Amino acid sequence: MSKKYDAGVKEYRDTYWTPDYVPLDSDLLACFKCTGQEGVPREEVAAAVAAESSTGTWSTVWSELLTDLDFYKGRAYRIEDVPGDKESFYAFIAYPLDLFEEGSITNVLTSLVGNVFGFKALRHLRLEDIRFPLAFIKTCMGPPNGIQVERDRMNKYGRPLLGCTIKPKLGLSGKNYGRVVYECLRGGLDFTKDDENINSQPFQRWQNRFEFVAEAVKLAEAETGEKKGHYLNCTAATPEEMYERAEFAKQLGQPIIMHDYITGGFTANTGLAKWCRKNGMLLHIHRAMHAVIDRHPKHGIHFRVLAKCLRLSGGDQLHTGTVVGKLEGDRQSTLGYIDQLRESFVPEDRSRGNFFDQDWGSMGGVFAVASGGIHVWHMPALVAIFGDDSVLQFGGGTHGHPWGSAAGAAANRVALEACVKARNAGREIEREGRDILTEAARHSPELAIALETWKEIKFEFDTVDKLDVH
Amino acid sequence: MPFKSTVGDYQTVATLETFGFLPPMTQDEIYDQIAYIIAQGWSPLIEHVHPSRSMATYWSYWKLPFFGEKDLGVIVNELEACHRAYPDHHVRLVGYDAYTQSQGACFVVFEGR
Repeated sequence: MSKKYDAGVKEYRDTYWTPDYVPLDSDLLACFKCTGQEGVPREEVAAAVAAESSTGTWSTVWSELLTDLDFYKGRAYRIEDVPGDKESFYAFIAYPLDLFEEGSITNVLTSLVGNVFGFKALRHLRLEDIRFPLAFIKTCMGPPNGIQVERDRMNKYGRPLLGCTIKPKLGLSGKNYGRVVYECLRGGLDFTKDDENINSQPFQRWQNRFEFVAEAVKLAEAETGEKKGHYLNCTAATPEEMYERAEFAKQLGQPIIMHDYITGGFTANTGLAKWCRKNGMLLHIHRAMHAVIDRHPKHGIHFRVLAKCLRLSGGDQLHTGTVVGKLEGDRQSTLGYIDQLRESFVPEDRSRGNFFDQDWGSMGGVFAVASGGIHVWHMPALVAIFGDDSVLQFGGGTHGHPWGSAAGAAANRVALEACVKARNAGREIEREGRDILTEAARHSPELAIALETWKEIKFEFDTVDKLDVH
Repeated sequence: MPFKSTVGDYQTVATLETFGFLPPMTQDEIYDQIAYIIAQGWSPLIEHVHPSRSMATYWSYWKLPFFGEKDLGVIVNELEACHRAYPDHHVRLVGYDAYTQSQGACFVVFEGR
């Protein structure tokens, strides 16, 4: 039965509010936290979000009738209260799979967090979660290697990996920079990292850095007998330069490169991830700019969505915050999205902020990276929170050691291994952390001095963005 | 006045990956780690290699992985038997996880010379 063209402005809810709809397994589902303008009914707000993030325009248009819009439209199918918040509510929206290009995270985000976020009927809007259907996931490559392959390549088993960012983050020459890399790696770290700000500045051009770093990595491997790596940052102004840097890292025989996926963009990231799969290179992912997008509790995109998008776009390690250090991060919420990075199935669990069951199918896992303002006293908590499939990175906590970076690295390695050993032996490492570290320091003067150096430092501010729970 | 520095010299050490920075374990501590491997549902596996080849991906298996072995005493005996047969080799114990096709645990029990 064909429809007639009826020009004018209709209420969104007439078309896009469908409370009886039962979502299909193939639908992409989204949960938005909506804060409407005063006086606008919830159903109308939810329907407007569904419309503006899918097929809708503010006015009816004749060309709608050239297609079967009911097949393509997004549908608001459920509204829920936000615990402890009267002005906001959750809107659940189902989008048919055919709205999105296969394998394109860029396309999904352009639809879901495009124009709708500037929509006047809304005061605030936050994308809390996306349930990606398995049918879409199977069109994405995901992590170039995954956790199991990375462990096999790096020969690291039965413990978290240990890293640190080279400091000062800007201003070192290539040769001096390589020196700091060498000191950290010979001291017992598995990885060192380019600071995200390091690209190819006048004080240190990328090729010069890559060459000195490669020499440092090889030397440290030869002297310690262990596998080592340095995340060579390939983030660049253009994709062409990014690939040029990646190719050079490969020529130098390096195991891992790095990309900043939000400032660099999802298209660049997905392309580089594919290059990494093809070239047997690990990919470390930084997340500069995420807090601009994810920190406000009522507006923007929750980091669990950005983390899911990265797993689909591709990366072998992703920064997730530390829970205990200097940067924002609620413990339950962090546990919720590190599950999204590493597990093959994550059940709905509102206490961890996961709004949907999420089936990842056969997609590889991503190491969770904890970095930022952490030191050796945090080690027991970090091992307990993040588990083995993580990279723990101590910047100031390595270079700030009174004997220098190599001793700082050794202190962290001793502390890490002492915590893992104690955990395996059945001890409660968070509660007994002080004893475990003190015992370990009896065999390690480096650790004893580190414990003395950082004993006073704590970061105890409450988080700004908390989970909405009763 | 004699010069006195508070800065120590950190000497690079050759280590054998996980637990390489801890002192050698006592027998009881090794039992704890074996018990952990068994409790996780992993299969114990013993590997050995001459120290000159310690960075190789493949070390020699001692027999086969001990699939489904739950008896701590059996694993201790096998570790010692491997060490007796190859006294100059490194001997490591692996907790093999068939679900992830990875190693949930891996550390050197006897260091060769």
